Amino acid sequence: MIIYGTALLAACHLLGIFLGDLLGQFLGVKTNVGGVGIAMLLLIFARLFLAKRNLLPKLTEMGVEYWGAMYIPVVVAMAAQQDMVSALRGGPVAILAALAAVSLCACVIAAINRTEKPEALPNQAKDAQGNPLLAEAE
Amino acid sequence: MLEILQKAAAGNGLVTAFAVVGLVVLLAGQISRRLTFGRVHGSAIAIVIGLGLAYWGGSQTGSHKGLADMSLFGGIGLMGGAMLRDFAIVATAFEVQVTEAKRAGLIGAVALLLGTVLPFIVGAAIAWSFGYTDAVSMSTIGAGAVTYIVGPVTGAAIGASPDVMALSIATGLLKAILVMVGTPMAARFLALKTPRSAMVFGGLAGTVSGVSAGLAATDRKLVPYGALVATFHTGLGCLMGPSVLFFATKALMG
Repeated sequence: MIIYGTALLAACHLLGIFLGDLLGQFLGVKTNVGGVGIAMLLLIFARLFLAKRNLLPKLTEMGVEYWGAMYIPVVVAMAAQQDMVSALRGGPVAILAALAAVSLCACVIAAINRTEKPEALPNQAKDAQGNPLLAEAE
Repeated sequence: MLEILQKAAAGNGLVTAFAVVGLVVLLAGQISRRLTFGRVHGSAIAIVIGLGLAYWGGSQTGSHKGLADMSLFGGIGLMGGAMLRDFAIVATAFEVQVTEAKRAGLIGAVALLLGTVLPFIVGAAIAWSFGYTDAVSMSTIGAGAVTYIVGPVTGAAIGASPDVMALSIATGLLKAILVMVGTPMAARFLALKTPRSAMVFGGLAGTVSGVSAGLAATDRKLVPYGALVATFHTGLGCLMGPSVLFFATKALMG
């Protein structure tokens, strides 16, 4: 049943947010610490666990994959509700600070990524477990 | 007629949002194919259209949630809000290859730390050069350069003034927008090709919204790897901003 997949996703999401809040409280911060990241790890482990026991039929997978495929549209909707007006109203301090921070980080990313050995490439070819619902999504 | 249609759209917000976003994505795909001959990713164009609509909506209503503040497009707020965004991000984890993620675990953590400290230093230094020489303002603007959530959280914790807070949020928002729009253009320079490189990017570029949109517009397959790291960004920033980073700034500025 397709709902099993979506329910599994929802359970991982909720548990992850809960653990992230707990971690935040434990660390004394007023915010969630990595809740979504924890949820992602939970889902990865759940998939491995269920697949090993043959408990993951195609239809259940589709219940998760649909939402993974909805990701880009959701991001477009997210973009459409950014506070562009106040972002652009921030003036030179905000613009310079943002630009400088992004440029510096871009250079560091470029530097770190150039240290990676190119042996990772053949791995992408045998990437058999992509989301089938993304075939059209470029 | 028009009134009834409007009422139907406003009363079914989320459904309207699906239709509107579908239209935007369709339009973006056509622009990508016809005008740029596939050189610019359809998703990148869709995100830029989204940001343009956000500007239009924001300047029409004068509030802070872009298009989502217009009653007709209220559903956009739900569809692109934190709940469904995080739900979709978590769902992408289903495609993660564990061996790939493991290989980049350590470098991802290093990138995360650098991605918090470096923007903070840059932001604080620029704040200082513009005359915000007290440790509280410097830290708040520096934290804003980490993400737009870390900024106000830090500012509230150390008692920054409202205008500095606004500046800090604006800095973070601009950073997110720059990452969204700039990533597909800079993808080659950033060497964004592999899961490992996406995790480094997720740690250093910061802001879930910037990273998730930037990667979506570059290569959808890389999204889960970048997001996995980036979602720890805000937490780490909120942890370090009002504590270690603020104390270091205070010690330095006296």
